[in-house]
Amino acid sequence: MHSVVAAFAVAWIIHIVYLFSLAARQRELRRALDAVTPRDLR
Amino acid sequence: METPAIARPARPNWIVLWGSLTLTVLLIGLYLALLWAPEEATMGIYQRIFYTHVPAAFTAFVAFFINLVASVLYLLRRSRLADAWAVAAAEVGVVFLSINLITGPIWAKPIWGIWWTWDARLTLDLVLWVMYVSYLLLRQLTPRGDLQPRLAAALACFFFVDVPINYMAIRWWRTQHPQPVIFGGPGSGLAPQMYVALAVCCMAFMLLGYVLLRLRLEQEMDRHALDDAQRALLLEDVGG
Repeated sequence: MHSVVAAFAVAWIIHIVYLFSLAARQRELRRALDAVTPRDLR
Repeated sequence: METPAIARPARPNWIVLWGSLTLTVLLIGLYLALLWAPEEATMGIYQRIFYTHVPAAFTAFVAFFINLVASVLYLLRRSRLADAWAVAAAEVGVVFLSINLITGPIWAKPIWGIWWTWDARLTLDLVLWVMYVSYLLLRQLTPRGDLQPRLAAALACFFFVDVPINYMAIRWWRTQHPQPVIFGGPGSGLAPQMYVALAVCCMAFMLLGYVLLRLRLEQEMDRHALDDAQRALLLEDVGG
C-alpha cells in the first residue's frame, strides 16, 4: 500500500514542482522583458 | 533607432480551459487506477503503480518524438519556433521520464525484492534520461547563438535512436523487467477494465504534457523576444 501511495505521490509532486519552477522562471522573464520594453508597447 | 515592438501575448486564457480539463481527467484516472480497476492476481495492489509508470513513459516518448521532429525542422528551416518546440518538448519529456524512473524502483522493490538491476530496459531508460538531461544542460550552459540550437538539434536526432530501442528492449532481450502486456503477442494482455483505466491515465498524462509543453513554449518565445530587445538596445547604445 505504501509503495502505491508513494508512486502516485511522487508523480504529483514532480508535476507540481515543475509547474512552480515554470511559473517562477516566467515571472523572472516577464520582469526582464518589462525592463527592456517601452511603456507604450506593454 | 527605434526599439522594436515585442510580441507580448495576452495572458493565456487557454490555460484555464486546458488546465481544468486536464485536472478533471487526472482525477478520473486516479479514481479508475486506485479504486475501479480490478486487482491483479499475482502482484496485488502493487500492480496499480502501472497506471502512473506506463503513462509517464508513454508521454515522455511522445515528447521526445516531438523534440526529434522539431529538431529536424530546425535543421531544415532554421526556424526559431521549431527550436522553441524542441527545447520545450525535451524538458517536458525529462519530467515524465523522471516519474517513470522513480516509480519503477518503487514498484520493483516489493515485487522483485530489489530497487534496481542493470537489465537492458532499465539501463536504456536511464541512458535515455541522462542523454536528454545532457541536451538540456547543453542548452543551458552554452552561449545562446546560432551554433547552440544547431548542435542541440543534431544531438537530438542522435539521442532519439534510444527511444525505439528502449521500447523494443523487452521484446528483443530477456529482461528482469516484465515482458510487454500491450502489443505483446499471444499470452499477453490486460483485463478490459485495466485497459480502460490505462487509457484514461495515458490521456490524462498526455493532456498534462500538452499544458506543460505550451507553457514552456510560450516561455521560450518570450526568451527570444527578450534576446531581440536586448540586442536592439545594445545596437541603439552603440549607434549613439
